[in-house]
Amino acid sequence: MKLIIPVETRTLDASVCPSFGRTPFFALYDLETGGHEFLPNSAAESQGGAGIRAAQLIADSGAGAVVTCRCGENAAKVLNAADIKIFKAQDGSARENIEKFQKGTLAVLTHFHAGFHSGGAQS
Amino acid sequence: MNIAVLSGKGGTGKTLVSVNLACAAERAVYADCDVEEPNGHLFLKPEGRKRTPVTVTVPDLKPNLCTGCKRCVNFCKYNALAYVLDQLMIFPEICHSCGGCMLLCPAHALAQKEREIGAMEEGQSGTVATLTGCLNPGEESGVPIIKALMEKLPEEGTAVVDCPPGSACIVMESIRNADFCLLVAEPTLFGVHNLAMVYDLVRLFHKPLGVVLNKCLPEENPAEAFCLENGIRILGRIPFSEELGNLNSQGRIAVRENARYRELFQNLLKEVTKEAAL
Repeated sequence: MKLIIPVETRTLDASVCPSFGRTPFFALYDLETGGHEFLPNSAAESQGGAGIRAAQLIADSGAGAVVTCRCGENAAKVLNAADIKIFKAQDGSARENIEKFQKGTLAVLTHFHAGFHSGGAQS
Repeated sequence: MNIAVLSGKGGTGKTLVSVNLACAAERAVYADCDVEEPNGHLFLKPEGRKRTPVTVTVPDLKPNLCTGCKRCVNFCKYNALAYVLDQLMIFPEICHSCGGCMLLCPAHALAQKEREIGAMEEGQSGTVATLTGCLNPGEESGVPIIKALMEKLPEEGTAVVDCPPGSACIVMESIRNADFCLLVAEPTLFGVHNLAMVYDLVRLFHKPLGVVLNKCLPEENPAEAFCLENGIRILGRIPFSEELGNLNSQGRIAVRENARYRELFQNLLKEVTKEAAL
């Protein structure tokens, strides 16, 4: 299975990006092989609905689980429909979070916020 | 003449000025565009109210026709669509009703659906015909409701448009057809900051404008100073008065109760009419 994590820069030593929809990159990590790649987040520049587009990108990447600090309601709907599990990131780097995920010490994310950006409303 | 009454923040007295201005005219239309919290009706208490729903057009998936090409998903600038596990998801509350997804779909799998976002209410209060926009709670944008209200405004006669606070899209839509913009200002530094915001907006729209100073006290008035510095015409002054506060808090209309206020707002209307004709 592949794990995907929003990261600030193209390295596993980068901290997990606090923004899900507008993270600059996603680290896609293969738990079987340890291989990994960094996907630029095309949703980051969205006028609105960035979470939905980011979730679409994750669904298209073939990841089975995402580790994130937070996640909006709409993005969660897409991830759930795609059968992708959502885990709560802990302080530290992407690499540390991958290790915690492998040990089974990351909790499932249960709180989904209503969105900070109003889904692109005309403000 | 379409007079838009606006201010940079809530609580400056837009509704006080709008309602009293409409009542000071021989006949007028009062349009409440503060669709998130319309309150003009609390004063005007319109009768014979008729409610018309306001809807927006959103895409509706016709089952079994979607081929999963994702053209709609990739097209939507607002990301109102997603496609996962052979299933198209639509987020109607994010949709801006551009219709692009429906046009692009090669399989014609997206039909039009009307989604109610609020309503427009028409009524009558004495000499004043009332129009009230109401946005349903949780909805993101009241712009379609403002558009519906604007279509109802008469070509002839006096119309007073009670705008939403601030200087965002919904305010721009409210002043788009205005012949004159009346800015309500209160005598605080915070008030001046917000006055400056709407002043900039109205100038962008090249609308004739003037200011009415509300809550005037004998002390120095920073809003007045701002008007003098920028060469903005001050068309009226409303005192900070307990009497007015009491009338207002009881949902009564000063112009209908008190000769002094009737004169004040009739003069304000005259000034506005004069300025708008320049």
